[in-house]
Amino acid sequence: MVAVSSPTIEGGRPTRDDPNFRAGRQPPRAGRRAFFRLLPIVPSILLLALFMAGPVIWAVVISFTDTALTGRSAREPQWVGLDNYVELVTDRDFPVSLVLTVVFVLGSAVIGQNLVGLGLALLMAKANRTVRGIVGTTVVAAWVLPEIVAAFAAYAYFADDGTLNQLLGAIGIDGANWLYDFPMLAVILANVWRGTAFSMLVYEAALNDVPPEITEAAIVDGASGAKRLWWVTIPMIRPSIATNLMLITLQTLAVFTLIWVMTKGGPGMASSTLPVFAYQEAFKFQQIGYGSAIAVVMIVVGAVFSIAYIRMLRPERRS
Amino acid sequence: MSLASPRRAVASTARNLALALIGVCFVVPLAWLVLASIDTNPSQRTELPEGFTLDHYAAVLTPEGTLLPLWNSMLLSTGSAVITVVVAVLAAYPLSRYRSRFNTPYLYAILFGTCLPITAIMVPVYSLFVRLGYLDNLAAVTFFMAATSLPMAIWMMKNFMDSVPVSLEEAAWVDGASAMGTLRRIVVPLMRPGIAVVFIFVFIQAWGNFFVPFILLLSPAKQPAAVSIYSFFGQYGTVAYGELAAFSLLYSLPVIALYVLVSRGIGGSFALQGAVKG
Repeated sequence: MVAVSSPTIEGGRPTRDDPNFRAGRQPPRAGRRAFFRLLPIVPSILLLALFMAGPVIWAVVISFTDTALTGRSAREPQWVGLDNYVELVTDRDFPVSLVLTVVFVLGSAVIGQNLVGLGLALLMAKANRTVRGIVGTTVVAAWVLPEIVAAFAAYAYFADDGTLNQLLGAIGIDGANWLYDFPMLAVILANVWRGTAFSMLVYEAALNDVPPEITEAAIVDGASGAKRLWWVTIPMIRPSIATNLMLITLQTLAVFTLIWVMTKGGPGMASSTLPVFAYQEAFKFQQIGYGSAIAVVMIVVGAVFSIAYIRMLRPERRS
Repeated sequence: MSLASPRRAVASTARNLALALIGVCFVVPLAWLVLASIDTNPSQRTELPEGFTLDHYAAVLTPEGTLLPLWNSMLLSTGSAVITVVVAVLAAYPLSRYRSRFNTPYLYAILFGTCLPITAIMVPVYSLFVRLGYLDNLAAVTFFMAATSLPMAIWMMKNFMDSVPVSLEEAAWVDGASAMGTLRRIVVPLMRPGIAVVFIFVFIQAWGNFFVPFILLLSPAKQPAAVSIYSFFGQYGTVAYGELAAFSLLYSLPVIALYVLVSRGIGGSFALQGAVKG
């Protein structure tokens, strides 16, 4: 990011030489000027307050009530204190959903998309141009498609009569009913298929920024391919790896459509990650209050990740 | 390549083969979409069509089948992209040009907003929409979708604006132009590619969004293609795969076209620069 020198002719923050600095306040005209300067930010604050901060606060508020979808509790919800959270801890399904979410994020993002994306970027860097063009387009196509379309394609692929079993049948293997017997495996693979392009693009850009002299120096020193990758390339692109991991983790945490179309979170609870679980509790079992308590848990998890992410970006150092 | 040693040539072939193999794995589910949409007897299998037909396209290309949902998608996506871009340009200008005590906390809040998983808050959003009477209101959903993409848009827009040199504006200020005047006449024209990237980014996100309209829009006449295509998928006992695939492709075409526009016309890594590198 380029540090733009702010138009200092107009002053900005009072400096040490400024007599007002000691007084600890700006002169009234400077205050008014600051107000007018910040005026263009107001629409964004209003929108974000109403539709981003609002739901987060609202989630916390109604997680302490017995709000329901219909009936008396929908019209006049009662305060129930921590009941929803107590239910969350004692609910047999919640820990299951939590574990499934961790498995989904680790399997499809941290391991799947991340490693396949890095592998593709490394292979692409040295591959034949035609192959690179075709494979790159294919991988990106799965990512550019609307999520629901990708979900249909993945559904048809993993269905009992689907393409995967057709391919396995062609080599003499009687495939399983993937969506029923191994729903988590199916949705994890589907999410790797759909999301890898993002990691691939990030790593392609990062590898392009690695100065060739450094790799060449390592070759001259006789480092093998694997050693070069581990000791030279990976340390050089570490910031991109960290950023990418954070972003794909947050994206994967929020995946709903793909799982909903492929398995509806089932069979039973077998593929209900937290977004699906919250949806079902809120709209199938009509417990908006309980669903909001799950939402609060997800917001907290997201917040933990975003704090880690923000610490890496540190806006104040850059602007 | 002709000068490469035999060992290198083998390694290079192996690399290309590995890449091609991964490519095949990625292409099969996509191929199904295309093949099923023109097959006279489509199924979940990926196979060469028994016979070629455009009947599936003809069957879905009806006013209430696809045209109205696609029109709704267009309204929703264009609306939220326009709102997001206008609000983000306005917000990015003071953040980029003036130093203020307010900037850092605001940028932290924005970054925090980019990380908030929207699917996580849909239950409370539904409840909030019920309270405010916004349920099934296309305009309210448009504004909501604009708000959810706003943090990323402001972040990208500020980065693009930071790279516009401030000297031209200073000249305009000396000539007595107002801040808003310089923004409109000098900064915005200079950062047109950046604005296009943000617009397309928001548009693609909104166009592909299923969960938000699925929860917040109830009447079929208002639902965008993402939702109507889903009811298509689940409505009848057996899924009409040909029509599903045909609708899916029609619905995907605009975002594919826009993506090609961004990656070819404006530069693919340029688009990511604003988003990832910060």
